[in-house]
Amino acid sequence: MLDQKRLHQRAAFFQAIRRFFHTHGFLEVDTPIRQPLVIPEQNIIPIPSGTCFLQSSPEMYMKRLLAAGCEKIYQICRCFRYGEHGRLHREEFVMLEWYRLDADYTSLMEDCVKLLQFIHSEIVACSFPVSLHEGWEKLTVEEAFQRYCSISSGTALEQGRFDVLLVENIEPYLGRQTPTILYDYPLELASLARPKNDSSKVAERFELYVAGVELANGFSELTDSEQQRSRFAEEYRKMDKFHRRSEKMPELFLQDIGKINQAAGIAMGLDRLFMLCAGEVSLDGAVTFQPEDLDM
Amino acid sequence: MLAASDLRKGLKIQIDGQPYIITHFEFSKPGKGQALYRCKMRNMITGNQFSQTYRSNEKFEKPALEERKMQFLYNQGEEYHFMDTESFEQTFLSKEQLGDNVNFLQDNMELDVLFFDEKPIDVTLPIFVSLLVTVADPWAKGDTSGSDTKPVTVETGYGLQVPPFVVEGDRIQIDTRTGAYVTRVKD
Repeated sequence: MLDQKRLHQRAAFFQAIRRFFHTHGFLEVDTPIRQPLVIPEQNIIPIPSGTCFLQSSPEMYMKRLLAAGCEKIYQICRCFRYGEHGRLHREEFVMLEWYRLDADYTSLMEDCVKLLQFIHSEIVACSFPVSLHEGWEKLTVEEAFQRYCSISSGTALEQGRFDVLLVENIEPYLGRQTPTILYDYPLELASLARPKNDSSKVAERFELYVAGVELANGFSELTDSEQQRSRFAEEYRKMDKFHRRSEKMPELFLQDIGKINQAAGIAMGLDRLFMLCAGEVSLDGAVTFQPEDLDM
Repeated sequence: MLAASDLRKGLKIQIDGQPYIITHFEFSKPGKGQALYRCKMRNMITGNQFSQTYRSNEKFEKPALEERKMQFLYNQGEEYHFMDTESFEQTFLSKEQLGDNVNFLQDNMELDVLFFDEKPIDVTLPIFVSLLVTVADPWAKGDTSGSDTKPVTVETGYGLQVPPFVVEGDRIQIDTRTGAYVTRVKD
C-alpha cells in the first residue's frame, strides 16, 4: 500500500492531468466499462464480467463520440487485460485516452510534449528521469531496427522476431536523454491506424518512451469502414482458437467511423507515468494497492 | 503442465530433463504486441545459468521434485550420509553437491533433502545452527587490525569472525544463509 505522502502526490498528479485537458479545451467524457463486444485484438485477452467483458480500452466508444461531433475529448478510466502482471504491468490499470477531430498523429506528439512538461512543472518533487525541455528524440521503427539490430523491421516481422528484438534490443535504449517518439509502425501492427499514404506499408502510429518505459500509443485513426472491417477479420484470423470469443463485427462502431473525416487518438498508461514522476522503477511504488495487499 | 503465464521468480520448471529454478523474471508486452516472459534460470543440479524468453503458447513440465525430512548421520571422505526419519532409508550427497552447507552439518541434525527423480540433489538447512567453538585465540587488546572481531573455528572446521568475548568451548549461533555469527548461546 502507498504511504500518505505518495497518496497525496498521486492525487495531485490526477488533478494536474485534468487541469491540463480542461485548460486546452478538452471535454471529459465517460463510456461503458462493461462491453458486450470488444475490439478484436490478437494479443489482448479481455476479462469476462457476467455477459460482458471489462474494457481493455475505451477506444471504440471514444471514436463513436467523435462521430457524434465531439471535437476534443478525454477520459481517465480503468482498463483490464487478462494475464498481464509484472514490474510494468497490472491486470487492472488506469488509462488516459484523448482524441482530436480533424487532426493527425503529429498533433498528438505535440500534446505529449506539452502534457509531460505541464506535469513536470505542476507536481511537487517530480523526479522525472530525463530532460523534457530539450528537443525530443524521434525515430521511425525502421530506423530503430537498423540502428539497434542491423536488420530491417520487415525482415524481423517475417521471421517472427519483431517483438523480441523490440523488447530486448531496442526498448532499453529508448527515452534515455529525452523522451523518444518511435513512429511509423508496420501496417500489420496497427489494426486501427491509418496507412501513411494509400500504398504505404506503414501506419501513422507512434509510441512514447521514457527511460525505456513505454508510456503511450497514439495514431491517426482509420476512418474507412470497409478497410477496418477487413483488418478486424485479419485480427480474428490471427487470434488463437482458445481465446477467440466470436467473430462478430462491431457494426455500430464500423458504421460510425465512416462518418469521421479525420481524427487522431492516443492511450497513455497513467500508473506508469506517475511511477516515473515519483522516481520509481516499478509499479509497486506507484499503484495504491499491490496484488498481495488484497484479501484472498 | 505449467503455462507461460505461470512463470515467475522462484518457480521450478523442467527443461530437457533437468530441473531449473527461475532466478530473475520479467513480463514484457510491447504495445499491441505479444506477451513475452523473460527468464534467467539456474540448473538445480549443475548450477549452470542461462537466459531465455518464452511466449504465451509455451508449456512446461513440473520437475519431479520432492523434499524429505532426513537426519545427517556421518561423512566418510567426500560422501555425506543421511537417513529418512520416517522410512529409515539412507542416502548420500557428495561434498561438491553440498557446497558451503558442509560447514554447518552436525551429527543427528534434521534437515530437508531435495530429491529429483528419486536422486538427492540438495539440502535445505535450518536458518540458524548452534556450533561449538573449538579454536579461539585470546583477543589481544590494542590489536593493530583495529577491528572489534576476531577469527575462531567451530567444530565443523568452519572459520568465521566473532566478537572478542567469545572463547573456546562457547556455543555460538550462526545464520546458515550468510555464514555469519548471530549470538553466543547460553547453556
